[in-house]
Amino acid sequence: MAQAKRPLSPHLQVYRWGWHMAASIINRATGVALAVGTILLAWWFVAMATGHEYFATVQGYAGSMIGRLVLFGLTFCLMQHLAGGIRHLFMDTGRMYDLKINTSSARFTFIFSVLATLGTWFAAYKVMGVL
Amino acid sequence: MAEFTLPKNSTVGKGKTVKADGATNVRPFHVYRWNPDDGENPHMDTFEVDMDNCGPMVLDALIKIKNEMDSTVTFRRSCREGVCGSCAMNINGKNGLACTTAIEDAKGDVAITPLPHQEVVKDLVPDLSNFYAQYASIKPWMQTQSPTPEKERLQSHEDREKLDGLYECILCACCSTSCPSYWWNDDKYLGPAVLLQSYRWLIDSRDEATGERLDDLEDPFRLYRCHTIMNCANACPKGLNPAKAIAEIKKMMVERQG
Repeated sequence: MAQAKRPLSPHLQVYRWGWHMAASIINRATGVALAVGTILLAWWFVAMATGHEYFATVQGYAGSMIGRLVLFGLTFCLMQHLAGGIRHLFMDTGRMYDLKINTSSARFTFIFSVLATLGTWFAAYKVMGVL
Repeated sequence: MAEFTLPKNSTVGKGKTVKADGATNVRPFHVYRWNPDDGENPHMDTFEVDMDNCGPMVLDALIKIKNEMDSTVTFRRSCREGVCGSCAMNINGKNGLACTTAIEDAKGDVAITPLPHQEVVKDLVPDLSNFYAQYASIKPWMQTQSPTPEKERLQSHEDREKLDGLYECILCACCSTSCPSYWWNDDKYLGPAVLLQSYRWLIDSRDEATGERLDDLEDPFRLYRCHTIMNCANACPKGLNPAKAIAEIKKMMVERQG
């Protein structure tokens, strides 16, 4: 009887997530998101150089509900990528490989990014006088 | 590009359920099954194991299933005490040795699949040929040029201590097959187990091929596909830290550039 082609065993489908694994993939995903965000930033600068009228239009997009949601997301990406980047900097020097410290540092990147994002937006609205 | 889903022939279906007659304290074990001879896709069979009449470890349950419920269930095992590394498998989402994983520590049902992202030979038996070939490729033996001394090559206590946390590796492949980087690039990236072994020889004071060994690892994939995800150290049933060993190799690479 002919042998069937061997199947591939389940991987992502079964592997249990931990903070270390989540911090790693989130660091990569936020990096990609920030690269896209940089294009938006460049657009904003171009608008600024183009003239008063066009800049007002782009500001209008940025200030809309969707625009603010995107900016809020990008703030989170920046903070998460910052914390993750610093964590990786330590690991590149051979530190923080102890399992307990490593896992808590991964968890800390999330706590930091959530608090820093909320803090930034709170401060921004405070300055605008909305709050 | 990495393939995140399973190929068509590998998707896992639902299988049969075998009940334990007359048992009052049962624990369901979901076991991955694939038979190379029937042309069907893999599936999960459920065995309700009588816990009042079963040893404490996951391997005890598997042996009980094979002895009493379905003799065709196929898995590797030998020493049953965490020394041989044969019974490495994925238990409730984490790689480990069935013989040193207590059933008690698993919550609820116990799901058992083969080591992840490997070709399956049958049921819980993966094909580890690539893993062993990669191990052979790092020349895991002592290489010397200096004349052979009359007695053994001596080593100070301090130099010997550098091998602690490395020599204990039993090559069970739990770490390598837990690593997403290894899943996507196992043809080019050596993986945590083989790199830990590589470091074991790099740091050995008696080995004289350190330069050549580092040259062999100087490649975009072989060493540098480690992104310190840390699944390896979290999976190792011997409590070793392959990620740390890989970081030490990367440091040696930088240091030798002066």
